[in-house]
Amino acid sequence: MAVHGSTPVKHCLLSVLVENRSGVLSRVVGLFSARGFNIDSLAVGETADPTVSRITLVARGDERTLEQINKQLNKLIDVIKVQDLTDQAFVDRELMLVKLKTSAKTQETLAELLLKYRLTVVEENTECTIVECAETRENTRKLFNALKAIGIVEMAQTGAVALSKKI
Amino acid sequence: MSKMTGAQAVVEAFTKEGVEYVFGLPGGACLPLFDALYDAKFKVILVRHEQGAVHMAEGYARSTGKPGVVVVTSGPGATNTVTGIADAYMDSIPLVIVTAQVKSFLIGNDAFQEADVTGITRPITKHNYLVKDANDLPRVLKEAFYIATQGRPGPVLIDFPSDVSLATLDFNYPETVALRGFKPTLQGHPGQIKKAARLIAASKRPVIYAGGGVITARASKELIEFVEKTTAPCTTTLMGLGAVPGSHPQFMGMLGMHGTVYANHAVNECDLLIALGARFDDRVTGDVTKFAPCAKVIHVDIDPSAISKNVKVDIPIVGDAKEILQALNKIVGVCDTKEWLESIKRWRKESPLRYRDTGDTFCPQYAIQKLSEILGPDALVATDVGQHQMWAAQYYRVNGPNQFLTSGGLGTMGYGFPSAIGAQFAFPKKTVVCISGDGSIQMNIQEMATAVIHKLPIKLAIINNHYLGMVRQWQETFYNHRYSSSILVGNPDFVKLAEAYGGVGIHVKKREEAAKAIEWSKTIKDRPCVLDFAVRGQENVYPMIPAGRSFNEIIDMA
Repeated sequence: MAVHGSTPVKHCLLSVLVENRSGVLSRVVGLFSARGFNIDSLAVGETADPTVSRITLVARGDERTLEQINKQLNKLIDVIKVQDLTDQAFVDRELMLVKLKTSAKTQETLAELLLKYRLTVVEENTECTIVECAETRENTRKLFNALKAIGIVEMAQTGAVALSKKI
Repeated sequence: MSKMTGAQAVVEAFTKEGVEYVFGLPGGACLPLFDALYDAKFKVILVRHEQGAVHMAEGYARSTGKPGVVVVTSGPGATNTVTGIADAYMDSIPLVIVTAQVKSFLIGNDAFQEADVTGITRPITKHNYLVKDANDLPRVLKEAFYIATQGRPGPVLIDFPSDVSLATLDFNYPETVALRGFKPTLQGHPGQIKKAARLIAASKRPVIYAGGGVITARASKELIEFVEKTTAPCTTTLMGLGAVPGSHPQFMGMLGMHGTVYANHAVNECDLLIALGARFDDRVTGDVTKFAPCAKVIHVDIDPSAISKNVKVDIPIVGDAKEILQALNKIVGVCDTKEWLESIKRWRKESPLRYRDTGDTFCPQYAIQKLSEILGPDALVATDVGQHQMWAAQYYRVNGPNQFLTSGGLGTMGYGFPSAIGAQFAFPKKTVVCISGDGSIQMNIQEMATAVIHKLPIKLAIINNHYLGMVRQWQETFYNHRYSSSILVGNPDFVKLAEAYGGVGIHVKKREEAAKAIEWSKTIKDRPCVLDFAVRGQENVYPMIPAGRSFNEIIDMA
């Protein structure tokens, strides 16, 4: 019988509309652990309709796993719609906050990076400088590597949020 | 609209849903609810352990197709239901379980008899609720019954804090539900159905593989019509037993690990496998890459996530088995299966279901054959889990759907006896037999009290071999006869135990005594009756395809 051969592991970006109720996030996350699915990032927030929340999640797996993730999410009663944005035109953003030690070198590097990335300095005092970057995953990764070179004190980062480019 | 308490609202909703029986056991947090149940028009059955309540509700649900209802208290009352809920979830059985909870303002305080029940049951329920506002109760109860029974059925749990049960509300039971995230597909895609019919018409060696979904969809009649119209041979899963009569000439018995040699042989050689309401479980497929190696596959299932989960199929059809079979029956014709049926007939003759009956030992299979002959094909048959379950599946021939009540997915020892009780409540006039083992029966024997109190004439056949038989068989076969913790010494005298509760029983020590004892059990009309069959201990279930292997490695009786 034809079975699912091992296909390459891919990432998928899912935008999931759910009922805005307590316990829903736990159902979604619980599904991933119960069925052994891998989740890379997850971001959740209310939509324009206060009864609906949007969970944007990046998951990883082969073809069969990604298909199952989609179907199992759809099976949850509180899930209203699952949109797979992976092969669609979409915009996505992650928010990253990075704390650096304030120094001449930091200022010099930041001046260069400010030309290349959508980067904002949101706090600057004698001790530390905090920069904010809202970018695609690819660009936040690049920026992260560039900042690593000058020494990161600490950082915080969200998962991706995304919207399809269609109506 | 009328004013009432939360507890009364639950009782009122049960009444509106046509509930006949509630199975449960009270405790502190559900005193208000049991007080309201005191005035209920339906019957409330007091059990002796909450797990028993859930299996009774399952037995009721499996035998009637209607949802089973359970009410228990918070904390341990609720956690005792967990095994039963998981069982119902795996076998897609509609249940509504109301668990009392500590007062809503105490939740999270580690209050007395508190447990995070919605958290615990989230992965084993189709859906669950924690009701914090009594005004939500009518909607939640309406949704719970709807979700439990529609689409692929399953258990729905409502966690019900005791202060909510005392709060008052205006009761207005909704006529409909508004669930934007739950809209099961019932009708199959017409294009897919046409494609399926074309494959069926072209097939020379089709096999119909029917599962529990056919029974859930009440599609037995349509399945039999389909089997007869196409002339295709048919096998069922454990959960599908009874979907076609056991005596039907095209029925090959069960497939899979302990299925018949000829059903498995047919699947191995078929060019088309028509899966109806079945999910390609590992106990059916073994090594999935070698399962039905030459077949194209049509897969009908109401649950889209069941399709392409374990195997890739050629024609998936999402929808209700009854609707899809009705559509197929309109367009399918006779397949050219003459040669194919001849081959299967030959395999059946070469390797029938059999056991070594030398005439001087009491084989467990013989006991089950006699039960089948004497209690007949119309009895409701509940089983526990283990060797006796497989022998019951092989040798007890039931006539119709909703008659073979067994724990298929979860494999819950202790399921059988309470399930038989639930079925006997649903069908007081029918013969109900529970086929159990000496291991399984001790997991819910306390429900003997429930059966005695309600004068239920259940025949409790204990296939008593003084082993955890299936464990012993695997240890014999795969673990070099090292019987680690599988020998049951210290069993009670089950007849005396039944008598202590107010039931009756008989020891059946020799094969010659079996028929007479079963005949005698038929005369007991007002209490449960134990048939303690002292069978040959070291008997194995054959045929057997070892776990994860394929048909080529099938072990038949040597």
